Amino acid sequence: MRSSHVPHPDTADFEQVTVSDVSRVYGRRRALAHVSLTCSAGQIIGLLGPNGAGKSTLLGLLSTLIEPSTGEVRYGDRTAREAGAALRAQVGFLSHDLQLYPELSARENLEFFAGMYSLDRPAERVGEALTSAGLADRADDVVEGFSRGMRQRLALERALLHSPRLVLFDEPFTGLDEAACVALVMRLRALRTARRIIVLATHDLDVVDGLLDHAIILRRGRIRELGDGRSLRERYRAAIVDRGGGRRPAGPDGGGVTVARPVKAAEEHTA
Amino acid sequence: MSGFLKVAWLVLRKDLRVESRNREMLFTTLFFAVSCVLVFSFGFVRGGQAVEGAASGILWITIAFSGTLALGRAFERERNHDALRGLLLAPVDRPAIYLGKLLGILLLLAVVEAVVVVLVAFLFRAPLFQYVWRLLTLLTLGTIGFASVGTLFSAMLVRTTNRAVLLPVLLYPVTIPVLIMGVSGTAALLQPEPDLAMARLWIGLLFSFDAVFLTLAFWTFEPVMTE
Repeated sequence: MRSSHVPHPDTADFEQVTVSDVSRVYGRRRALAHVSLTCSAGQIIGLLGPNGAGKSTLLGLLSTLIEPSTGEVRYGDRTAREAGAALRAQVGFLSHDLQLYPELSARENLEFFAGMYSLDRPAERVGEALTSAGLADRADDVVEGFSRGMRQRLALERALLHSPRLVLFDEPFTGLDEAACVALVMRLRALRTARRIIVLATHDLDVVDGLLDHAIILRRGRIRELGDGRSLRERYRAAIVDRGGGRRPAGPDGGGVTVARPVKAAEEHTA
Repeated sequence: MSGFLKVAWLVLRKDLRVESRNREMLFTTLFFAVSCVLVFSFGFVRGGQAVEGAASGILWITIAFSGTLALGRAFERERNHDALRGLLLAPVDRPAIYLGKLLGILLLLAVVEAVVVVLVAFLFRAPLFQYVWRLLTLLTLGTIGFASVGTLFSAMLVRTTNRAVLLPVLLYPVTIPVLIMGVSGTAALLQPEPDLAMARLWIGLLFSFDAVFLTLAFWTFEPVMTE
């Protein structure tokens, strides 16, 4: 997954995110344990695992909003602390709760965030985003009256309004009908073509099978990876359900999905 | 407009827009404040004569109680729908978000206080408008002191489940000095022979409290919001 990468010296842009031996502890509970992985531009990485596996914590760490207890996350050659606020301009986050203000209209929501990101030509960017979300004719309606699918489309445009390099999705397919899922998958593919780094946490294995470039299966805060030719659902079942997540089968990768290759430190800890 | 003030203005304008549509905080806070004064008036006014010195205490305790109610909901909009994450991810100085939220609370409390002052003056026969500018200064500084601490605590507690209990527990011990200064300064203005020098002293102390706690709040908001 590693690629040759020269970070832009004058901006916080980057083409690779490296998570090195990261653990995150909340009191006595360990949410993540010795996680290491690398995400590169032009890839869609899937975080899979049961509830409480640490997917959302890992997304929070990648988003810079959660600091690791140990280990570090590097964006290009800088940590979040070194890059400061400018790095956050390169991160987009779409969570299950859509980060919208339901009392505001679709346009007002986007205008607010365009202002927060100090975007050039905000009115034009907002107009484009509304068109892209298919909400141009509902732009001045309050979000409260929107369906889940409409809100989701708006929230996606909000997360992408500032053209971030790293785009994080937490359960993006939940509550969407089939057409909306297909539209979201197409958008994810377009983002991959635009060389974004896309990390998504999901339970919808059928939807993402064939979409992901790499799948990372988490259980109890640790990476469980598989590497044979079965479908994603079979791999997931083998890692989480059948084997309790404790074993890693041997064999070459195959099919539409390859499995993320953690660095050595993680292999030692997860073995 | 500097980037810092622009962000504060954006947050304030957004809060005002939301509030103008549902008026949730304004109505609940105002209703509570008016009820508070009315109930106190039944206890402290006998035969049209208020207990001496009661008006200043009732004015400030009403501001504190209704202010706590408003502060408890200050970050509720951000907590619902995870909008807080969207705000914190924006590449802005995070204390500017705090300033925007604080200004929203101050505007709300200003409206509440305008009603409460008139009501206290009427029900308690208190000469609150005799030294209107001094009273205005006391109210402004006292409200800034109370709300600056309260907004910070409200942000701190936004991710906790029992924040409704914790907010007053944390807030009152820290803001008791503000309330004492406010009550003492207002009492100095309302007594039969107003003690303007004493009122000035309390105003000066309130100013010092505000300076210290506003600085602390701006300084600590960023680490408080980082997990």
